[in-house]
Amino acid sequence: MFEHFLAMGGYAAYVWSCYGITLFALIVIAMSGRAVYQRELNAARRRTLANQTNSAGLTA
Amino acid sequence: MWTWFHKLASPPYAYDVAGKCQPWFWWPSLILMAVSAYGGLVLAPPDYQQKDAFRIIYVHAPSAWMSLFVYSTMAIAAGVGLIWRIKLAHAFAAACAPIGVWFTGLALITGSVWGKPMWGTWWAWDPRLTSELILLFLYLGYLSLRSSFEDISRADRASAVLAVVGVVNVPIIHYSVIWWNSLHQGPSVTKTGAPTIDPSMLWPLFCMIVAFMLFFAAVMCDRLRAEILKRERSAKWLMKEVAVAHERDGVPNV
Repeated sequence: MFEHFLAMGGYAAYVWSCYGITLFALIVIAMSGRAVYQRELNAARRRTLANQTNSAGLTA
Repeated sequence: MWTWFHKLASPPYAYDVAGKCQPWFWWPSLILMAVSAYGGLVLAPPDYQQKDAFRIIYVHAPSAWMSLFVYSTMAIAAGVGLIWRIKLAHAFAAACAPIGVWFTGLALITGSVWGKPMWGTWWAWDPRLTSELILLFLYLGYLSLRSSFEDISRADRASAVLAVVGVVNVPIIHYSVIWWNSLHQGPSVTKTGAPTIDPSMLWPLFCMIVAFMLFFAAVMCDRLRAEILKRERSAKWLMKEVAVAHERDGVPNV
């Protein structure tokens, strides 16, 4: 039964490769979005830290 | 309603809303994807002509739909940015493009893998396939045009013009199978007239499209927030956000 499902009526290679490629692409889309956000957030944090140190240096 | 739109156009508010909405897009999207994959792979009967190979439709058609939807969204946002000079609209358009590239590539690749057993070829210079390939080049052109400017606002304006002009390709792709004698099959679902596909095959397709739209919205939350952070270099509200992040994750080593 399960083997019959996996065989996809002889089209297994085409059907499963399409689903595999799609799953891979969705994971890449999601993770790259997350990574870009994290990168910009870290950059913003570094900028504020640098600003704080600068202004602290000026007032001291 | 309009005041809400005005509020949404302010970067701090949009940043906040995007962060809060994201989980509400993620979970329904993932659940709906799993349900539609089960419906499409297990519950739907094999097609009388294409047999089980037709099941590729459940990943191919939603990707192709998204490639057009994302482009239209991007072009509208770019147009709004150009006409009303709303910075957030440009940020939104810029955030769309990398996602659109992936969906277009996915539509082309899954279409090609579907074409091999059904048409006997991976690729044909057919109107539908060629216009979809042009869409991929439009996205890539948009991204490379943006990266050729150092100044963000100049990049915004130049790339927005390209996005708006390129939108003529969207109806061409959509109607290509009707206007020309195409190898590609005609639409299964049209606005007028009953769908030419059985309900047991249709509902997983419809659910998968909704799942992909929610997925796009979830990823857009991250990408839009990143664009806002990139643009709002020294805004006061950002300092507050950053302070919260410091508290949560600890102060990074500079």
